[in-house]
Amino acid sequence: MQEENMVNVYIMGKQYSVPEALTIMDAMEYAGYYLKRGCGCRAGFCGACATVYRLGDGHELYVGLACQTKVEPEMYLAQIPFYPARKALYNLEDIKPSVADFAVLYPEIYKCLGCNSCTKVCPQDINVMQYISYLQRGDFSRAADESFDCLMCGLCTSRCPANIVQYQAALLSRRLHARYLVSPAPHLHQRIGEIEEGKWDGEIEKLVKAETSELKEMYNQREIEK
Amino acid sequence: MAYTPQMRELIKKVEATRPSRANNPFPRKTPEERQEVLKNHHPDYIEAGFREIKVGVSKGDRAPQEMADLIEAPSRLEGVDVDISEFAYDVDVLVVGAGGAGTSAALEAHEQGAKVLLATKLRLGDANTVMAQGGIQAADKPNDSPAQHYLDVMGGGGFTNVPELVKTLVNDAPLVIGWLEKLGCMFDKQEDGTMVTIHGGGTSRKRMHAARDYTGAEIMRTLRDEFVNRQIEAIEFSPVIELLLDEEGKVGGAVLYNLETERYFAVRAKTVILATGGSGRLHFQGFPTTNHYGATADGVIMGYHAGAKLAFMDTIQYHPTGAAYPPQLLGLLVTEKVRGLGAQPLNINGEQFTFHLETRDVESAAIIQECQKGMGIKTPSGIDAVWLDAPLIDYEQGEGTIDRQLPAMVRQFQRFGIDIRKDPIVIYPTLHYQNGGLLIDENGRSNVENLYVAGENSGGMHGRNRLMGNSLLDILVFGRRAGRHAAQVSKETEIKGKLNLDHIKDYSKQLEDAGIKTENTAPLVLPRYCEKTAETS
Repeated sequence: MQEENMVNVYIMGKQYSVPEALTIMDAMEYAGYYLKRGCGCRAGFCGACATVYRLGDGHELYVGLACQTKVEPEMYLAQIPFYPARKALYNLEDIKPSVADFAVLYPEIYKCLGCNSCTKVCPQDINVMQYISYLQRGDFSRAADESFDCLMCGLCTSRCPANIVQYQAALLSRRLHARYLVSPAPHLHQRIGEIEEGKWDGEIEKLVKAETSELKEMYNQREIEK
Repeated sequence: MAYTPQMRELIKKVEATRPSRANNPFPRKTPEERQEVLKNHHPDYIEAGFREIKVGVSKGDRAPQEMADLIEAPSRLEGVDVDISEFAYDVDVLVVGAGGAGTSAALEAHEQGAKVLLATKLRLGDANTVMAQGGIQAADKPNDSPAQHYLDVMGGGGFTNVPELVKTLVNDAPLVIGWLEKLGCMFDKQEDGTMVTIHGGGTSRKRMHAARDYTGAEIMRTLRDEFVNRQIEAIEFSPVIELLLDEEGKVGGAVLYNLETERYFAVRAKTVILATGGSGRLHFQGFPTTNHYGATADGVIMGYHAGAKLAFMDTIQYHPTGAAYPPQLLGLLVTEKVRGLGAQPLNINGEQFTFHLETRDVESAAIIQECQKGMGIKTPSGIDAVWLDAPLIDYEQGEGTIDRQLPAMVRQFQRFGIDIRKDPIVIYPTLHYQNGGLLIDENGRSNVENLYVAGENSGGMHGRNRLMGNSLLDILVFGRRAGRHAAQVSKETEIKGKLNLDHIKDYSKQLEDAGIKTENTAPLVLPRYCEKTAETS
């Protein structure tokens, strides 16, 4: 085992000495925090643990997911457990992928000041300001593609001087893209029709009734797609 | 935390064998070899890891020690003064848990016109669902069929699965994909709309549908968005602690706990759907886990207190490819999609020792065996592990494949200075999934009247081993079915007399009669990592 080297960190202003190999999340627990808010999947997928920090005397603010960021010496950190952002309400079946419909739901995207704070703050390295500009001109497919890796942690929104809720607007663009701008899967709808007609019921029923030995034989002999 | 010089030396061996391994398939194990490696090397066969449950309706069933510790503990509410004469909510359907199963159940119950309340321990969407990367199975291609899918599921589960549940799972699969497509879920597709599908461990057809390697996250954010649009009532940070029963012993509500105000309150509900997820945070046999912070078996515990039967509680899925290095990622999931795309597991000499797409139980056991033979590599923190040759994917399929297909994985390792496009990944099996749970029927009903269960806290459809891509599927198939059925039943349901917690008093009595003394109470609600200083990722 490696020797444990300790570093000083400041969690919401209080100093703690923690092993340097820990993530911010593990360090908080090491320090004795019983996490309720600000902790979710612990693997970088849920966006619950957005954290803002600075180092030593530096004035620069950095961000990261607490579960995916290692502690550093003299780290001053705080979590953003909740942010009161608005989500537009809609019925996807009643709207179209059009600039007009989008502008009704998220009019604030046109107030973007071009400061690029959203992009700079994104822990997923998404070009947030770029997809906002795609949205402004109704290019929903490109916005969907650019924003795809978004975890909806909300850091972009917390820094936006125009109060844009980027991650919610991005989600709508992805739903519009997938619902209206790509073709439905033809083979899927063929199969759904067959299932509804009961085409496969007989074959499955035979398997349900089969003896285990018969099933095993069929399983071991089954052809495997290359 | 990039690779150490010693590890870089070993990587040279991986690179040296790569050309000869490329496009040169390693033989699959025979049925006999599969059985042998399971018996000798899978954690489910370590007797000391399990014990018989001494109380309750499934007394005599085996469960992992850590699960049995909770099952054989009195309720958290024992001795607590809770006012159950007043109700903060009075609804048709109470859904417990807001992952894929709970959210789809709530959507479907709402669609049927029921008054729905969804209560969850953390935030909407905080669940293992968002962490499921690889994909979701459905037999919707011309060369495939629900019957073919059925055979794969049964074989994967060791032919122990409940046939009716498997039939439901495979038949509903294309319907679920159609539902998601219409909700605007961004599946990987070709120009003409054809779904891009690949293999998973134990599949005989390429039926794994994906949304890059954020499949579960994409499904969850779509469902959550739809849930909020429908304005269904939800309360976050409010776990359900126990069910309430009426005078006839039917479920009629629940006691909830506000995590922030630390107050208990009661909800009356004609039907309750438990969708609290799995139990990885119990760390069976000391394994690290891929699971969400909230995966503490709460649903199994409170359902069992109320008399719901268990199934397959003694079978746990270890995902063969958990990250073993860097230490910050210990135990986290390296999606099976990496193997689905062709990456092979290799020993210290850079040699492949097992077919790369055996079912998860067999693949895990083979990796454990290789390490026990002394053929693994040791990480700087002393953990035994093997290589997973991710760069082979680009080597075989062209540069850029990894970037396109595995952006989440690339990013996760890049944060710690490892480039999986260039270097292999260090892996070891990790605690991933509870194959069993509370036994349900094809509509998600438990044996307790008006109590439904959906998702990982239910059991039966996967038998003793679940295949990749069938969990995202089962949560939606049985979540939707439970929601629909509960909504219909609630229309004809009347709650009889006063709701009560007598069952937890009876349960304590049973513990006393069995001579069990313990400091534990259950459900656990959240793991207490703040009380230890070990690595917990």
